[in-house]
Amino acid sequence: MPLPIENVDTDQIIPARFLKAVERKGFGDNLFRDWRYTSGNTPNPDFVMNKPEYSGTILVGGKNFGSGSSREHAAWAIYDGGFKVVVSSFFADIFKGNALNNGLLPVQVSPEFLEEIFSTIEKDPKSTFTVDLENQTITNDVTGNGFEFEINQYKKECLLNGYDDIDYLVAMKEEIEEFEIHPSTP
Amino acid sequence: MKTLFDKIWDAHVVKHVEDGPDVLYIDRHFIHEVTSPVAFLGLKKRGLKVFRPHQTTATPDHNVPTTNQHLSIVDELSRNQVDMLERNCVEHGITLHKLGTQGHGVVHIIGPEQGLTQPGMTIVCGDSHTSTHGAFGAVAFGIGTSEVEMVLASQCIMQPKPKKMRITINGELRPNVTAKDVVLYVIAKISTSGGTGHFIEFAGSAIENLSMEGRMTVCNMSIECGARGGMIAPNEKTFEYVKGREFAPKGADWDKAVANWKNLKSDKGAVFDKEYTFDAADIEPMITYGTNPGMGIKISEKIPTSEGLKGNDKVTFQKSLQYMGFSEGEEIAGKPVDYVFLGSCTNGRIEDFRTFASYVKGKKKADNIIAWLVPGSVAVEKQIQEEGLSEILEEAGFEIRQPGCSACLAMNPDKIPAGKYAVSTTNRNFEGRQGPGARTLLASPLVAAACAVTGKVSLP
Repeated sequence: MPLPIENVDTDQIIPARFLKAVERKGFGDNLFRDWRYTSGNTPNPDFVMNKPEYSGTILVGGKNFGSGSSREHAAWAIYDGGFKVVVSSFFADIFKGNALNNGLLPVQVSPEFLEEIFSTIEKDPKSTFTVDLENQTITNDVTGNGFEFEINQYKKECLLNGYDDIDYLVAMKEEIEEFEIHPSTP
Repeated sequence: MKTLFDKIWDAHVVKHVEDGPDVLYIDRHFIHEVTSPVAFLGLKKRGLKVFRPHQTTATPDHNVPTTNQHLSIVDELSRNQVDMLERNCVEHGITLHKLGTQGHGVVHIIGPEQGLTQPGMTIVCGDSHTSTHGAFGAVAFGIGTSEVEMVLASQCIMQPKPKKMRITINGELRPNVTAKDVVLYVIAKISTSGGTGHFIEFAGSAIENLSMEGRMTVCNMSIECGARGGMIAPNEKTFEYVKGREFAPKGADWDKAVANWKNLKSDKGAVFDKEYTFDAADIEPMITYGTNPGMGIKISEKIPTSEGLKGNDKVTFQKSLQYMGFSEGEEIAGKPVDYVFLGSCTNGRIEDFRTFASYVKGKKKADNIIAWLVPGSVAVEKQIQEEGLSEILEEAGFEIRQPGCSACLAMNPDKIPAGKYAVSTTNRNFEGRQGPGARTLLASPLVAAACAVTGKVSLP
């Protein structure tokens, strides 16, 4: 799904007025709400998600994707909207962390490779791309070109094995208590 | 040789995970109604209790109306979220500053006010503007809901250590140039992604000369250049501000704390990954013309053109101007304004109201302007009355509303209608931020006051 817009901010991914739920469900329906729907609440035919020729589980955005608020709802909305991977040439920090904590893989590629992805999709919306987390690669199946992306090794293992930071921290309780007894002075 | 950031961060690392993040101990945790409910739900699913309830403080701010706060919240979803925060706080023994109580206000305003924010601390909140607290020489940053759950469960989060940046602004600010102009200028210079991956230390004589309120405004918007957070080394002004506040150390503890806080500065020769230096004299009153906070110009300047931009850069720029209803190369001064909003965690403190009031004193609000003046907290609201600012403002045709996030983010009844122009003292001018179709021009309280009086974009 190509979204060749830069600085896609969290208010576009999910506007604040849809953050009122107290459970984590239904956020996918409001993903890109104000771009996806007209002010009359009908689908905007010009928005890429409403064009039948585009589909897939990889969202491709312009540079500085996810800037703005810390709302994890942005990552939830993209994930609930059916995406497993977001590709951009640059991600905002908090968004990247939130995505990783929710099984949504942010893949940072070079500006050139991002351009190649966009132009491949423009030529044929049915083009496919393969993301291999184990080997940290994204491949353009049309051109055969690939890009090796970076990911923190700890986070990679969490994603591959379904580990969770909270389990890790709760298991550290004694070390944390010990730290509280003997804090360091900055 | 360490930076201020290194000193605080390193002292809070419980453990470094090999090839992974640091386990960082959190001194102070703030929560609000929007980003906490799913975290509490997560605790429940895991059968966990809050590990250190006394290190978390709660306040509902995003959803609350700013009129008739003694009545029940009308919007059902908003009311439910605010009620849920109360239920969670009661269940887990967390201090909550309920709507209508003395301690209530915007989360980043009440923390410093109550002395909960102190130099040398690690402070987090499920809100990107947690960077505000960095003004006290704390490492303070916004986190997501999964991380809120981590802090509730363990008083720690797992974070890769950011890189370090220093932004030095030397010299004296010109008349009518405020902290807000400084930070809008910086963001315009380094862009909304210029700080990504970094923690910024703001330094230099222009920064040192800012009041604590001004420093909070600067650190507040460090997130708007992509940075993880911003901070300023504490000095006598900082200690003076903290002293005597409810949760500030007292007696011998105070002396000991201040002695420690005096070491909180970057060592001479400490190395930053990136450095910028600006001259205070180059800064003028600023305003934004586009749909991200980096699209700021001096009010005396013209809106830039797309000349020289290519590809997506050009498309994004043109889309932005189209949304705003502006044309390339035209003057921003004199553009019509419909709404003026004074408030938010960026500019909802007492100094902001003093500035606004001093400008409009003896003048009148323009007839075409709808103005919302929203104090950041009950304490600010009270101070406005005690200092006689309310009379000045009322005489000039302004009314003061009740505390909350208000028109900053369109989650409560204060929304700017589609197509209308709002000169706003807030932090984000994203499409729809203040309401679907709303057009936001970010500016300082002083510029907002000038626009409110003339009814158009004006220099103070």
